[in-house]
Amino acid sequence: MLDQAYSRRQFLGLAGGLASIVGLGLVGCGGSNAANTAAEGSAAAAESVSGEVTYDGASSFQALVETAAEKFMDANPDVSVSGSGNGSGKGLTAVAAGTVTIGNSDVFAETKLEADQVKNLVDHEVAVVGMGPVVSKNVNVDDLSLEQLKGIFSGQITNWKEVGGDDAKIVVLNRKAGSGTRATFEAAVFGDEAVDFKGDAELDKSGDVQTQMGSTDNAISYLDFSHFDDSKFNAIKVEGVEPKSANVTDDSFKIWATEHMYCSKDADEATKAFLEFMLSDDVQGKLVEEQGFIPVSAMKVVKDASGKVSAK
Amino acid sequence: MAKQLPKRDLENVGLGVTGACVALVTLVVAALIFMVAQKGLSAFFKDGVSIVEFFTGTKWDLANTAENGLPYTGALPLIVTSFAVMVLSTLIALPIAIGSAIFAVEIQPKFGSKVFQPLIELLTGIPSVVFGLIGFHVVVGLMKSVFHVSTGLGILPGAIVLAVMILPTMTTLSVDGLRAVPDSYRQGSLALGYTRWQTIWHVVLKSAMPSLMTAVILGMTRAFGETLAVRMVIGGIEAMPTSLLSPASTITTTLTTSMAVYAEGSAQDDVLWALGLLLMGMSLIFILIIHLIGRKGAKARG
Repeated sequence: MLDQAYSRRQFLGLAGGLASIVGLGLVGCGGSNAANTAAEGSAAAAESVSGEVTYDGASSFQALVETAAEKFMDANPDVSVSGSGNGSGKGLTAVAAGTVTIGNSDVFAETKLEADQVKNLVDHEVAVVGMGPVVSKNVNVDDLSLEQLKGIFSGQITNWKEVGGDDAKIVVLNRKAGSGTRATFEAAVFGDEAVDFKGDAELDKSGDVQTQMGSTDNAISYLDFSHFDDSKFNAIKVEGVEPKSANVTDDSFKIWATEHMYCSKDADEATKAFLEFMLSDDVQGKLVEEQGFIPVSAMKVVKDASGKVSAK
Repeated sequence: MAKQLPKRDLENVGLGVTGACVALVTLVVAALIFMVAQKGLSAFFKDGVSIVEFFTGTKWDLANTAENGLPYTGALPLIVTSFAVMVLSTLIALPIAIGSAIFAVEIQPKFGSKVFQPLIELLTGIPSVVFGLIGFHVVVGLMKSVFHVSTGLGILPGAIVLAVMILPTMTTLSVDGLRAVPDSYRQGSLALGYTRWQTIWHVVLKSAMPSLMTAVILGMTRAFGETLAVRMVIGGIEAMPTSLLSPASTITTTLTTSMAVYAEGSAQDDVLWALGLLLMGMSLIFILIIHLIGRKGAKARG
């Protein structure tokens, strides 16, 4: 059989087929290799970790995670960190199901998952973000109480003159349900009450809010501090308190949330190492503030899963 | 030269490879339909969402739950908006598509095939996000200044953006349809003393009708399924639209903005799959219509 010659085309086809099968096999092995080395890594010195870290979840602090991941990979070339921002809900279900190693979330896992799923997760609070209401440039209101915000975002206050402005209809620009920014804003303004008011538009991203706010008169919306842009719209005070990071740290400015990174209890070394890096001074000291967030260490208060704030 | 495999064996190899391709495609399609149907139907049978409520209810709110513990799943506003956007965009695009097709085939055929067709094909290749971007920055601003509305988001800007997007599909198919009309028809008509306009209206357009209908339906299908560009200009409020400039949300836009929010297996997630099933059912109906028209056209021409 062996000495029987084949045409060139048959040979190429056969070789190509073999090559692809071998290739697939290699990819298949690649996964288990990574797991093996990660396990070995834990036995060896802690500084030489390797493996694959994947994350999914909130888009609000995805940029922070990405930047930190690049630095982490520079220091640990054997680790690959990759992921996407498909929303807090997806991130939490994915980490609970084990399809990613880290789930990023704007909200506590308790609010989205069943109790027995939460049990297996470990929470890492990596940053705090403040959020505040923003109004169009032509609006001459610069301070709203939480009660007034509640009226506006539930559709009971519809004219700017009711809150001390000109006689003009209030254009409410909301975020989509499921947005962490919206969840945080509504939790601070409405508490446990269900909100049934949709407003004049529901936008997908903070960037869309920026654009719409810049080109719409008489509008009100809400954004996290890092998306404030004085050239397009005004950030206003709430209960007389300026939307500044310093006012968030002692809870005098009420609208803020903690950014969580969840991993499972039996996470591999690479994942643990990356989360440790997120909590280290390299990230907390510099990166967090550069990206417009507040380091957890700067906070004088903490918020629990039910939204209760207490002194540290 | 080396000895070849026997011809019969070669034939069998070919049969195996092409057969496997067909089997793979069939498997993928079947698995896809099965998965969407299974997930979508479980909203009704597992979670207990009422089918009647789904098609006739006007309150869509997945974030809040009603007394029975289920989210509000009245998809009628989404269905109405989807159809409104589709019909309106077709109404805008159709006259332009057929008008330019007549010009490019009957009046200036040289210009049509040398300049116009490449231009239209170029338009086909533009990704939908670019149209969305233009819509977001230009059309929405236009709405604001023309109609003096606060946000400028809604069904009308959505339909305008979509009309531009489906124009190339409809124009190309119309051009092909008019070209396929045999020249003998035109010559016969002219020989009977018809003017050029009468020939176009009574002979060419009439005998090209099935292909023109196909062009319309394919355009509508694209309009119905388009998501990204519409999402950027429609406002995203899931409520019954009260005017062409009140913010609304189509089936597809609701699906994209909500799908990452809810946990897998929850009633909310299943209802979104049900929306997907509805979309798939609609496109199936569109394809059926195209087939029916094609068969009818074939019969009419003998």
